[in-house]
Amino acid sequence: MCTLEKRGNLFILTFTGEDQHRFNPNVIGSLLSLLSQVKAEATRGSALITQAQGKFFSNGFDLDWAQAAGSEQGAAERLHHMVDLFKPVIAALLSLPMPTVAAITGHAAAGGFALALSHDYLIMRKDRGVLYMSEVDIALTIPDYFNALFREKIGDATVRRDFLLRGLKMKGDEAEKRGVVEAAYGGEAEVRQASLRLAENLGKRKWHGEVYAEIRKGLYPQLSAILGLTHKAYNIARL
Amino acid sequence: MCSLEKRGNLFILTLTGQNVEHRLNPEVLSSIISALSRAKAESTRGSALVTVSHGKFFCNGFDLDWVNATGSKQEAQQRFDYSLDCLTQLVQAFISLPMPTVAAVNGHAAAAGVVIPLCHDYVVMRRDRGVLYVNDLEMGLKIPELYMAFFRAKTSGWALRDLVLRGLKIKGEELLKMGIMDAVYDGEEGVINAGMKMADDLARRKWDGEVYAEIRKGLYSEFCGMLGIASKAIGTPKL
Repeated sequence: MCTLEKRGNLFILTFTGEDQHRFNPNVIGSLLSLLSQVKAEATRGSALITQAQGKFFSNGFDLDWAQAAGSEQGAAERLHHMVDLFKPVIAALLSLPMPTVAAITGHAAAGGFALALSHDYLIMRKDRGVLYMSEVDIALTIPDYFNALFREKIGDATVRRDFLLRGLKMKGDEAEKRGVVEAAYGGEAEVRQASLRLAENLGKRKWHGEVYAEIRKGLYPQLSAILGLTHKAYNIARL
Repeated sequence: MCSLEKRGNLFILTLTGQNVEHRLNPEVLSSIISALSRAKAESTRGSALVTVSHGKFFCNGFDLDWVNATGSKQEAQQRFDYSLDCLTQLVQAFISLPMPTVAAVNGHAAAAGVVIPLCHDYVVMRRDRGVLYVNDLEMGLKIPELYMAFFRAKTSGWALRDLVLRGLKIKGEELLKMGIMDAVYDGEEGVINAGMKMADDLARRKWDGEVYAEIRKGLYSEFCGMLGIASKAIGTPKL
């Protein structure tokens, strides 16, 4: 499922196993609890890396679990339920008091891509894995908070249209060129190393976590509002 | 403080501020606002403004010597808040100036000093010297919501994140890539001449100043909305 490891100042969240790392209510609950733990143990100099084993970063919501409801309406309700449950995960990432890096060593699709995009920095493989919003291809609409995430994280309107309305499967080098990811590297080991390096370097800045989180929320006001995240008037001035 | 010179159709605003770093205090800010009022009063179709400064710094932010030259932390905070209010008034003055504006950035612009070039319509910068540095995060200061709205009007996506959430000292070439700078030039004379040429070219379009200002305000709609700045509809086209 997912594990949390502390390595020096770094929190490393890993989706374990060779499966598609799909999100069902159990996984979502586990993610939420691990992120709470990260927040509770945060200090100046902390940083988070989210990574996965195997061919997938995450392929999004567990549609098999939704279908196992037995009826079309049941499936729709289960999916709706997961969409609601997942919102606090995005909210937790958006308000996490430390820099966050997504180390994308495999496919990140739909909710999996949204999870990755909820991090401050995305590092991806050049040679394998795609970023893909599959919803249009499988006739699912996009939740409002996913929309806000894409609208505010991806500045280029053409890129947004290509992901959401065109079902584009974007590889690492294009993602790097079009500003969707911070950098793309030629292999799994390189991505993991680069992510560790980036997270360490960001941690070394020893930023005040709560201030960092407040400024981050200010980058994404519509998303913050939809996620019910309020701004705090918080000023520790070191004039 | 500052000086305003008229050269043909061009208004040339030179920032001298408080000391060699061209720092801003309420007196300096109010003198710049007065200069802009003068430019506005004397403006005609075909006017344009270019803002320049000389030396190592364009503007290094608020005059913290003045802010801290009080008896208590509370008074210092009051002086800081007052400086911020004056800066906001200056931004409003720039945004409602009835003519195109160009900032020629010859040197470092940091903290509050970043706001000044960015409230111009066009910004050109030295390639060989000078950085833009939003240092609030480094100082443990949350960026006021109003100014997050201001930065959101100028850029988005990863570029916005890099501007305010990364403690970066960003050079001209990088700012160009981020879409925050329009062009870079070598040398102080180079960038100032380029700024003036750009302003001249814009002036030749002989735009209706009032209409220009209203359209410009629309580009800062969130910022203007937060300040309750009304907009005017001008529906008499000159076909």
